[in-house]
Amino acid sequence: MIGEIKTLFRYRALIQSLVSRELKARYRGSVLGFLWSFINPLLLLLTYTLVFTIILRVPQTERMSPYYLFFFCGLLPWTWFSASLAESAGVLIAGGNLIKKVLFPAEVLPTVTVFANLIHFVLATPILLAFLAYEGRISWSLVFLPIPVFVQLVLTLGCALFLSALTVHFRDMGNILGHILQLWFFATPILYDVEILKGTIRQLMRFNPVGHIIISYQQIFLFGYFDHWRGLAAALVAGVVAFAIGAFVFDRLRDTLSEEV
Amino acid sequence: MTSPAIVARDVAKLYRRFAHRHQFRTLKSALLSGSLISDLRPGETFTALDEVSFDVPAGSTLGVIGENGSGKSTLLKLVAGITKPSRGNLTVEGRVSALIELGAGFHPEISGRENVMINGIMLGLTRREVETRFDEIVTFAELEEFIDAPVKTYSSGMYMRLGFAVAIHVEPDVLLIDEVLAVGDEAFTRKCLDKISEFHRRGKTILFVTHSLGLVESLCDDVLWLRHGKIAARGDPKRVVDAYLTYVAGGEDARLRAEQEAAEMPLPDGTRAVDLSTGEYQRGRWGNRDIEITAVRVLDGRGQERRVFAPGEAVTFVLSVKATRPIDDFVFALGLFRADGVYIFGTNTDLEGFEPRRLAGAGEVRLLFEDLRLIEGTYLLDVAVHRSDGTPYDHHRGLHPFQVKSRVRDQGLYRPAHQWTFEGGIEVDAPAPRSELQLGEEPTD
Repeated sequence: MIGEIKTLFRYRALIQSLVSRELKARYRGSVLGFLWSFINPLLLLLTYTLVFTIILRVPQTERMSPYYLFFFCGLLPWTWFSASLAESAGVLIAGGNLIKKVLFPAEVLPTVTVFANLIHFVLATPILLAFLAYEGRISWSLVFLPIPVFVQLVLTLGCALFLSALTVHFRDMGNILGHILQLWFFATPILYDVEILKGTIRQLMRFNPVGHIIISYQQIFLFGYFDHWRGLAAALVAGVVAFAIGAFVFDRLRDTLSEEV
Repeated sequence: MTSPAIVARDVAKLYRRFAHRHQFRTLKSALLSGSLISDLRPGETFTALDEVSFDVPAGSTLGVIGENGSGKSTLLKLVAGITKPSRGNLTVEGRVSALIELGAGFHPEISGRENVMINGIMLGLTRREVETRFDEIVTFAELEEFIDAPVKTYSSGMYMRLGFAVAIHVEPDVLLIDEVLAVGDEAFTRKCLDKISEFHRRGKTILFVTHSLGLVESLCDDVLWLRHGKIAARGDPKRVVDAYLTYVAGGEDARLRAEQEAAEMPLPDGTRAVDLSTGEYQRGRWGNRDIEITAVRVLDGRGQERRVFAPGEAVTFVLSVKATRPIDDFVFALGLFRADGVYIFGTNTDLEGFEPRRLAGAGEVRLLFEDLRLIEGTYLLDVAVHRSDGTPYDHHRGLHPFQVKSRVRDQGLYRPAHQWTFEGGIEVDAPAPRSELQLGEEPTD
């Protein structure tokens, strides 16, 4: 695991240039170009607002209002997490040419997807902040923001490493993953407040590291305080374990990657 | 001799024969085994390289030749570190740059400028290093006007040129080249070769995989010939190349013999199996076989059978013939064709005034060219025995190839004896004295 971190650190210049290439290439050729980084989350917000305030009425508590801001706080980091995983599953196969023809550490590729999506998250945050300011909900608790971002980064990297290496051998993973992410989305308190859950379900929720991360974001952005330390610490432990497993699996399968992709 | 830059000891590489059928049975086995190959039965693996050992001294250029599928590219990937040997040890000293696929990793949507930056970093340079070399790279690739256009708008030649330019400016200690010099036009290829020679002069180690035997002879200090994953020969370029050519010609011969047998259908009254009216040169064999050419051999000045010659060597063509019954009307004919069908020379015993008297049983006809001055290339031999009115007994067309190799890349059909003289205000440096190729010795393993 330490070796993995060292490798990634040594190749930081490459990761950095690949991330910036990824961002540039993504919108190259589209009329609105880089504006899409802002428009995408806005449209996402609009869609969810339509569905969950007009068509479906989610039972709401005082903490969840204004509702559109509440779920936006969870939706942005979730998008970072799920998009990273969905993209990293196929990233080694898509970059097969590189792995086969150029000597460079393959873990750079899933790492690049995670960081590229982090940048999208960071670019979308000002929109959330603007809405918070509009509602008069900006608070000092924002200083804690880097903490859940870091925890989420570790967890996402770990999952991405694991998934990318495994998908090379188990191509079925790409298909299963979409459904897992869908289920995970609803199992995470993004559209609803964790407080409305009772009994066993509430207990189970404690084992969802992403849930703890999302709750932290909700507190920091919307509620104006942060006291979910224990939950976030548990998520960090889960993240470190995920990273260790991801690094181990990746290392184990590394030599076969260039033959299988 | 300096210390070796590349050392390979009993290096073997196995591949799984069925890439996607026998996947891991369980996730556990995938993670625990790590080395997937060891669990597979021999029938499920393919040995791309088999116990190969060699050294490459620092500063030397090693050419690797061999047929398709002989393990050349696998060897290169192993040296590059892209794959790991299944068995054995391989160590490489210094920074390695592999020109395996030019422009691998270019992103089509972004500009050449950004791709150069990323490709350079990917090949192991720092951002600053790429920046200092940037102008040189672009000038070398001759893409000054297009460097800010997205790479997807480049022609394939431009793409390759940029890829080569970046890879060559990485300043590696060990340069690996896999058949990538067919990039773009003649002038650029020349430039690439110059750059490679410059590398060589500066004491860099080069491993060069190619099918272009001429390049191997002119660039390499040493040649490794791989055959079915094993080292068939290693040593002096021209000897190894000649041995390889002889081997390839032998394979060609076997193929031609098979073709020839297939063509041996019953041919009543000497009907031609080959349509000559089209004027096209087609290989084949025809005739009624009352007199049969049973073997054709090509001998050198010392009477040894060979298929590769230098210009100006003595060459003897030997036809073994056999008559089914005594025959008194026969003409022996021989023609030389270039591989593309251009007719170079032909003669027969009738034209040259020999009167046939009697042919019974077996015999041998020899035609000696004391000084066969052909330029480098592949040549085909036409041999025939026919009646004086032209009706063929047995005609072999293009079934007997041989090759001429030369250090001089002269052109045309034929190489007359010649000599340059300069007088007055002309100064030239004479070429380094070189003996013509000494061929025909067996390669040392």
